Amino acid sequence: MAEEFAVRMVDVTKSFGHVLANNKVYLELKKGEILSLLGENGSGKTTLMNMLAGIYFPDAGQIYINGQEVTISSPHDAYKLGIGMVHQHFKLVDVLTAAENIALGLPGGVLVDRKAIAKKIREICDRYGFAVDPDRKVYDMSVSEKQTLEIVKTLYRGADILILDEPTAVLTPQETENLFAVMRNMRADGKSIIIITHKLAEVLAISDRVTVLRKGEYIGDMDTAKADARSLTDMMVGRTVTLNIQRDEPVDPQRRLEIRNLTVKDKDGVTRLDDINLDVYAGEILGIAGISGCGQKELLETIAGLQPAASGSSVKYRPTGPDGPAEELLGLGPRAVSDRGIRLAFVPEDRLGMGLVGSMDLAGNMMLKSYRTQSKGMLTERRKPYELAKEVVRELDVVTPSIETPVRKLSGGNVQKVLVGREIAMQPTVLMSAYAVRGLDINTSYTIYRLLGEQKRAGVAVIYVGEDLDVLLQLCDRIAVLCSGRLNGVLDGRTATKEEVGYRMTAMLDSGKEARA
Amino acid sequence: MTQLISLLTSAIVFGTVILYGAVGEIITEKSGNLNLGVPGIMYLGGIAGLAAAFLYETHAAAPSGAVGLVISFLAALAASALGGLIYAFLTITLRANQNVTGLTLTIFGAGLANLFGGSLNTMAGGVGQIHVAVTSQSYRAYIPALAGLGSVGKLLFSFGFMAYLAILIALTASWFLGRSRVGLNLRAIGEDPATADAAGVNVTRYKYLATCTGAAISGLGGLYYVMDYIKGTWTTDSTIEALGWLAVALVIFATWRPARAIWSAYLFGVLYWAYNYIAGLSRASIELFKMLPYVVTIIVLVVVSMRRSKESQPPKSLGLSYFREER
Repeated sequence: MAEEFAVRMVDVTKSFGHVLANNKVYLELKKGEILSLLGENGSGKTTLMNMLAGIYFPDAGQIYINGQEVTISSPHDAYKLGIGMVHQHFKLVDVLTAAENIALGLPGGVLVDRKAIAKKIREICDRYGFAVDPDRKVYDMSVSEKQTLEIVKTLYRGADILILDEPTAVLTPQETENLFAVMRNMRADGKSIIIITHKLAEVLAISDRVTVLRKGEYIGDMDTAKADARSLTDMMVGRTVTLNIQRDEPVDPQRRLEIRNLTVKDKDGVTRLDDINLDVYAGEILGIAGISGCGQKELLETIAGLQPAASGSSVKYRPTGPDGPAEELLGLGPRAVSDRGIRLAFVPEDRLGMGLVGSMDLAGNMMLKSYRTQSKGMLTERRKPYELAKEVVRELDVVTPSIETPVRKLSGGNVQKVLVGREIAMQPTVLMSAYAVRGLDINTSYTIYRLLGEQKRAGVAVIYVGEDLDVLLQLCDRIAVLCSGRLNGVLDGRTATKEEVGYRMTAMLDSGKEARA
Repeated sequence: MTQLISLLTSAIVFGTVILYGAVGEIITEKSGNLNLGVPGIMYLGGIAGLAAAFLYETHAAAPSGAVGLVISFLAALAASALGGLIYAFLTITLRANQNVTGLTLTIFGAGLANLFGGSLNTMAGGVGQIHVAVTSQSYRAYIPALAGLGSVGKLLFSFGFMAYLAILIALTASWFLGRSRVGLNLRAIGEDPATADAAGVNVTRYKYLATCTGAAISGLGGLYYVMDYIKGTWTTDSTIEALGWLAVALVIFATWRPARAIWSAYLFGVLYWAYNYIAGLSRASIELFKMLPYVVTIIVLVVVSMRRSKESQPPKSLGLSYFREER
């Protein structure tokens, strides 16, 4: 009997440091089918597929290709087994041509035979309906052309198991349709395909079966024909877990930030935030939910003055409530914001890149916020930041050998405590945090929740960008859901359900633009 | 006319030294390794060749130029490749900072070479006494009949074999990088090691080989300097170091293209020696003239970055270590 499965992964486990990225994950791919690998961010989809492609090596578990148990210890091994992966960040060399990128790493004669490569590329293109110019340099290509080249590259190498990591994230709807057409052609030709995605509509449109991961664990799989958006969302987000986070009723919430018509484009001109209208209140925690890359980063960075917004956008700051004086934040830049006495605290996602200087000690990092106001003349004032660092260490139980230890030597949780402690010490009126508990253990996470709660009681407008829906629902007073850069509803944190939030994260609702729920 | 021929001849001799240094460094840099140890490696190549020739000439009853040449050539290759291996081990395996490692290698190479240079002089009977006449002679040998063909003959045929070997190596490197499969893989590593790795190229092996091969070629510059330029002697002035830095500048000037490095190296030579052929220069202006190669390098850097031509940029991952499982 012919082997039914192209790929079987059994009890595959992989951890990075103390973070368990995949825990005993199970996956099977039948020959000649398209399988969707569905899950939220950080659910371990890409890690799992990277082990199939030889980028990572599993800590434990077995991988079977066409029924044979195999060891894949490098991308080269993966190619030999007929596995090709198209990564989300394309693995192409910009200054080389399409043909050179394809020839890269392949065995063969001393010289690169451009004619033979071009001929084979044309054959593949004709067979599946691609268009690739072999002599075109990659830097001249559009995103969609690069993706096509990536797929042709894997086919050129004889892959019959293809892995596509969120291939549609960078495509227009028209390009997505073309991609799906090509995928169907490849399936008809007997190729087995895994598509990593978190878009439910695509799962339903393209795949034969779907496997769901959640927080690094295998949840289940089902035939797409039997699935619908609701049932998939349920599998993806899981049952509600009670966390016992203390949440007080907001006391006299006053409007502090008015975000109006906020549109942000990145340097390539792609719209990252599309006409966002949102109010942020003092004395409450506003949660921001969304699949990663849906504009959360841009929202916070634009408010903080780190990114420019399109004209017509406005973020008004009202220190004394909706009737008091207002100040426009956009166009100021972080230094001007602080010069005007606006105490805007920002705990960014990239703690050691944007938040702290890794090679500086605790006191030095405290000083980053105070060196301009507390220093006199040419010399810096070190005593007060030193005292503050000591206080943060004491109050937040930071585990560090000393105040003079460079912060990069601390564990992730302690780094975060130092950062949050510093930001809170400036007595902010607005506190923004992005993925504040990512990679942190349970106890530290609760410390962060407690600190955010205290700030809320102190009348600070707190913005919490999070990925764990249970936390968002039990910590935040209101939850704004972003979907592909657009606001897809603002829900009450006390009454909203996990399914509701999860659904709005993945599918745009027509009523998405309504302001306050 | 005689003056011009004379200028061009000294420019070619000068250019040959830095051409070796630059072509070697281009190959190294194409693998993403910025080896600022070029001057040190040229020192190593120079002193190893000299020491080998000296030991041979003092111990052989009737030293033969050809044997001395082969021995010193191999010694120079081995010593400079070893220098490259030190750099490779530190930066690739231990992932040490490339700039610091390279600069340290320069200091190490200079120190080691001058230590042995001093010892060789002592062995030879005192300061400035070392001389490997027989070997040096074979390095500088040319065909008198061809060199005698007037100005053209002098310009094209009056050099030792290493001047021609440098051109050959540069052209081969150009062909190798542009046309061969291994060269393609190497270029890809310098641009984007993760991509090359995912395509099945052994990044570590390529980086090691490119760095050691590159260093061996760079070291030949030192050998040529010692055997041909200063005719088989040793001086403890820091000319080799200055030439080594010029070789690094030449890499940039040639925009990482070995073939372009050939005429660029000679141009550097012309610019460097120009002061000798301009009458009435004061000491101060001579020093200013000697700056010219550096000045044109800066101009090229400015022009290249203004044109934003993708082909003229340094390899994208130049100076960065690569580690596959980094997240």
